[in-house]
Amino acid sequence: MRPPPTLLIALLALASCGGGSPKSSTSDSTAPPSGTITVFAASSLTDAFGRVGDELTSRYPGTRVTFNFGSSSTLATQIVNGAPADVFASADDVNLRKVAHAGLVEGSASVFATNRLQIAVAPGNPKRITSLADLARPDLVVVLAAPSVPAGAYALEALGKAGVTLIPASQELDVRAVLNKVALGEADGGIVYVTDVMSAARRVTGVDIPEGQQVVARYPVATIRDSRNQHLSSLFVEFLLGSDGQRALDSFGFSRP
Amino acid sequence: MRSEPIPRPFALLAALAAALFLLPLAGLLVRFPWAEAVGALTSPEILTAAGLSLVTSISATMLSILLGVPLAMVYARARFRGLRALRALTTLPMVLPPVVGGVALLVAFGRRGIVGQLLDSAFGIRIPFTTAAAVLAATFVAMPFLVLTVEAGLRSMDRRYEEAARSLGAGRWMVFRRVTLPLVAPSLYAGAVLCWARALGEFGATITFAGNVPGSTQTLPLAVYLALETRPEAAIALSLVLLLLSLVVLVALRDRYLPTS
Repeated sequence: MRPPPTLLIALLALASCGGGSPKSSTSDSTAPPSGTITVFAASSLTDAFGRVGDELTSRYPGTRVTFNFGSSSTLATQIVNGAPADVFASADDVNLRKVAHAGLVEGSASVFATNRLQIAVAPGNPKRITSLADLARPDLVVVLAAPSVPAGAYALEALGKAGVTLIPASQELDVRAVLNKVALGEADGGIVYVTDVMSAARRVTGVDIPEGQQVVARYPVATIRDSRNQHLSSLFVEFLLGSDGQRALDSFGFSRP
Repeated sequence: MRSEPIPRPFALLAALAAALFLLPLAGLLVRFPWAEAVGALTSPEILTAAGLSLVTSISATMLSILLGVPLAMVYARARFRGLRALRALTTLPMVLPPVVGGVALLVAFGRRGIVGQLLDSAFGIRIPFTTAAAVLAATFVAMPFLVLTVEAGLRSMDRRYEEAARSLGAGRWMVFRRVTLPLVAPSLYAGAVLCWARALGEFGATITFAGNVPGSTQTLPLAVYLALETRPEAAIALSLVLLLLSLVVLVALRDRYLPTS
């Protein structure tokens, strides 16, 4: 029996909603890249990847890079449950390994950037916060990222190295939420990445953490096995590791691996 | 009652619509971790979150009844300039993305907010990151459900009972307590349950305004979100429990709010 046209239309509509982004079929690596990829990236990469995406798409007209930013742990869970990611850039090894263990990583992951921690405080540092130890002062409201989020785990590691124990006023769901709570003035201090402070330079001030207490975050990237545009996905990763991508990351405060 | 014939395209689209709701439920049932469920659901952090969810959602409902019933009375019976605009503005949280509500609450009651600043400097009271903030966020998004339901009840009730009571010498308060309230009781009940259910599910405004603090603002929906990253089986178990709870609410309301023929 022939299905009625209304049903076909409904099914087509459903199918086009389901994918999240239209993808071109896999093409060989000599042909010019085309189509769209969706990059799942740690929220600390929000600004830098916006630039990287713009540069890549202007180099290859006809391509489009869309992003899904969030905490690396959320993104890893989404990918493991079948979210249509083409590339995953995590703020730590743990969450990339989660995806790799599920057999979803194509090839192997490469570290493309490192990041360091800084204490974000109100502009001009009115509360005179100069060290991690200061964050334990009872007169301060301090927020951290939740321990399941990379930035939260790194923050706890740094506090541990400094021998500081503190009860955060809130455990935010990603590092950008920590930054925003400080920028809005709801919190006096928060532990974020150097790059976060740079991106919000007018709204927060950064306080350096000494070398002995510092934690270096390593950012691995990998293409996802189920990607329907492996060509553009691997070009994105190559671009990121190449000199242009590295220069873009530098300008947002990331360090080279 | 005999079934009427439904045109085939309609029946198929209706089946698709039903599948949209039934498939996620089936997914939760299929993936439900029967072996780990009891352990996952009785872990200290989940029990803490559940207790907190009960406290915040019930507090929000009580606050909504206390403030919302008078507001519904004003909407149903008062007439003044700007009433319609006011009514629209107070209904806004029903359609507003909850995160936007959270941002609005922050700029009003946050430490640098227009009211929050005064509270902090005058009384040393800071609302964000406290259970009070979670209650306020839940009340903000949930109270309109109660107000609209009670308002509809007040509009449809027979005013002659009140007039009769007045003519027999009952005071305004007496009339409200002994005549009006019993007459709108079904609406009040339905509104309160809807309000409670919305408060129980509140996520966006809470995470934005109240933050995520285990024991004081980490309610069940927040715990589910975080658990999904570290212990997915706990998240699935919890999701099903919350879903069943919502189902119980709907079934309890079936005659009062959702008319069945």
